[in-house]
Amino acid sequence: MYKIGEKIATREAYGAALAEFGRDERIIVLDADLSKSTKTDCFKKAYPERFINAGIAEGNMLSVAAGMSTCGNIVFASSFAMFASGRAFEQIRNSVGYPCLNVKIGATHAGISVGEDGATHQCLEDIGIMRTIPNMTIINPADATEARLAVKAAIEHQGPVYLRFGRLAVPTVFDENYKFEIGKGVELESGTDLTIIATGLMVPYALEARTVLAELGISARVINMPTIKPIDKKIIIKAAKETGAIVTAEEHNIIGGLGSAVAEVLSENAPVPMARVGTQDVFGRSGTPQKLFEIYGLDTKTIVEKAKEVLAKK
Amino acid sequence: MNNNYTELKRSAANIRKMVLEATCNAKSGHPGGSLSSADILAYLFMSEMNIDPKNPQNPDRDRFVLSKGHASPALYGALAERGFIPKEDIKTFRNAESYLQGHPDMKGVSGVDMSTGSLGQGISAACGMALAGKLNKKDYRVYSIIGDGECEEGQVWEAAMFAAHYKLDNLTVFLDFNNLQIDGNIRDVMNPTPFDKKFEAFNWNVLTIDGHDFEEIEAAVEKAKETKGMPTIIIANTIKGKGVSFMENQCSWHGSAPSVEQCEIGTRELDEYINSLGGAL
Ligand SMILES: Cc1ncc(C[n+]2csc(CCOP(=O)(O)OP(=O)(O)O)c2C)c(N)n1
Ligand SMILES: [Mg+2]
Repeated sequence: MYKIGEKIATREAYGAALAEFGRDERIIVLDADLSKSTKTDCFKKAYPERFINAGIAEGNMLSVAAGMSTCGNIVFASSFAMFASGRAFEQIRNSVGYPCLNVKIGATHAGISVGEDGATHQCLEDIGIMRTIPNMTIINPADATEARLAVKAAIEHQGPVYLRFGRLAVPTVFDENYKFEIGKGVELESGTDLTIIATGLMVPYALEARTVLAELGISARVINMPTIKPIDKKIIIKAAKETGAIVTAEEHNIIGGLGSAVAEVLSENAPVPMARVGTQDVFGRSGTPQKLFEIYGLDTKTIVEKAKEVLAKK
Repeated sequence: MNNNYTELKRSAANIRKMVLEATCNAKSGHPGGSLSSADILAYLFMSEMNIDPKNPQNPDRDRFVLSKGHASPALYGALAERGFIPKEDIKTFRNAESYLQGHPDMKGVSGVDMSTGSLGQGISAACGMALAGKLNKKDYRVYSIIGDGECEEGQVWEAAMFAAHYKLDNLTVFLDFNNLQIDGNIRDVMNPTPFDKKFEAFNWNVLTIDGHDFEEIEAAVEKAKETKGMPTIIIANTIKGKGVSFMENQCSWHGSAPSVEQCEIGTRELDEYINSLGGAL
């Protein structure tokens, strides 16, 4: 489907996947006046009768989605991550999570890579707040290939799913042989000195960091963790026991996201030195994504630094 | 105001030029809804509000909340025109080194009274400022601009109920009725009209004007100040993209920036307009 190295935003893959798998007549797609940005307009073009614009009213949209799903439909509700998870949090919690309904939240423009729109639109807390809702599954795909497979898996999964997509075109890392399964981390590269666990657009940086570390004689394992909830405990514990140190990398606040989820698993099962790469409990700002990655330390350099830090603590 | 509003027209055109400059340099941002609000902002910042660039935190100042925060280029233009921020800074809009964020940041920009960008919240904050004014026995007035698409947010109507309930007659809200949101005409996406009947039913003083006519803007603001016991909504009929011929009434200019060439064409149009106003100040 997508070629390795090809730069494409996961939101593009989201829209394309909705159109591709949208033949299933149970599928309904809702959007809140952002269909051109979230790319649900791809689905709208293919299946206009099953596309519903809810207007700029995210809270209402999520509870409407809940209602439709009780009638046997598989309902995707889309907006920017900030408004989907933030504005509609309590609707998701009470109307979707509590009754465990078949609603898929297609949250695009997640993270700092939103860029120029600035802090109000850079959602760095959605994984954290969604993670606290029982029954919720959270998937944060790394590239277009994984995004496509995540949409397919979400359709097949019974129950609420939070799908986190980005605005920025990111390099495709996986080819058509890549296997995606909800709840499963994937070891991308082997290593013995430490493990870098990355999610979303941090995955290519993690792979790059491994190369840099290898030049320094350090052997880093790299795990891709697309599902933040339920988190793959087995692969984390195994990595802790075999490599003895962990660095997590995510485009999210270090509070509440992948880093927190991994820390919870480690501290209860296999405590080892760890460090979290992510935004350090600060709001973002306007700027180009590349510039912001630099400012907020979402890059190869920071992963390498943190890797050295945890190694020193071993 | 006993001229032909020439100064205000000039200011509004300057704000529009800054909208083009800001979004063109940033290669992003929202020109359409900035241009539709430019005349209202020019009136408020250049003629109406009791504000002072030298004392931006004066507790007695009038307040302004841009509830449709994506129109930040027009707000920054108005602040520059009024002397709160240097005009040279406009071109740094949305730059990582700049304080001019994509959406207004009250901590970073002198003259910005509330951080906005998430639709529906600004009007509630404006209600809060108006209520605080009552409780603290202050005479300041609070102004806000909301979008017509923004009115689809339930929170707008929670704020509407609140403002009337607490008789916030020190609150005047402009509704930038430009008929467009992102996915199309507001009536096709999620019809929020009629606005007049809705706000009437919510117990507001409702005025309807041409949002590009300074005489009408002025008259409405004066009527709002005279109205006691209820908040005022000024439904301003506007044109999205107003003042830049190729942007007018085009949905596509909601959130896309002009190229350097388009910026030049638009700026030339606005310069010609300014020249047509004649007479130096
Ligand atoms: C809560 C929220 N949902 C969605 C958005 C994204 N958004 C930004 S502008 C806009 C359309 C606004 O339309 P309107 O209020 O008519 O603004 P105008 O036409 O004056 O630009 C949307 C949906 C947002 N900023 N906040
Ligand atoms: Mg509008």
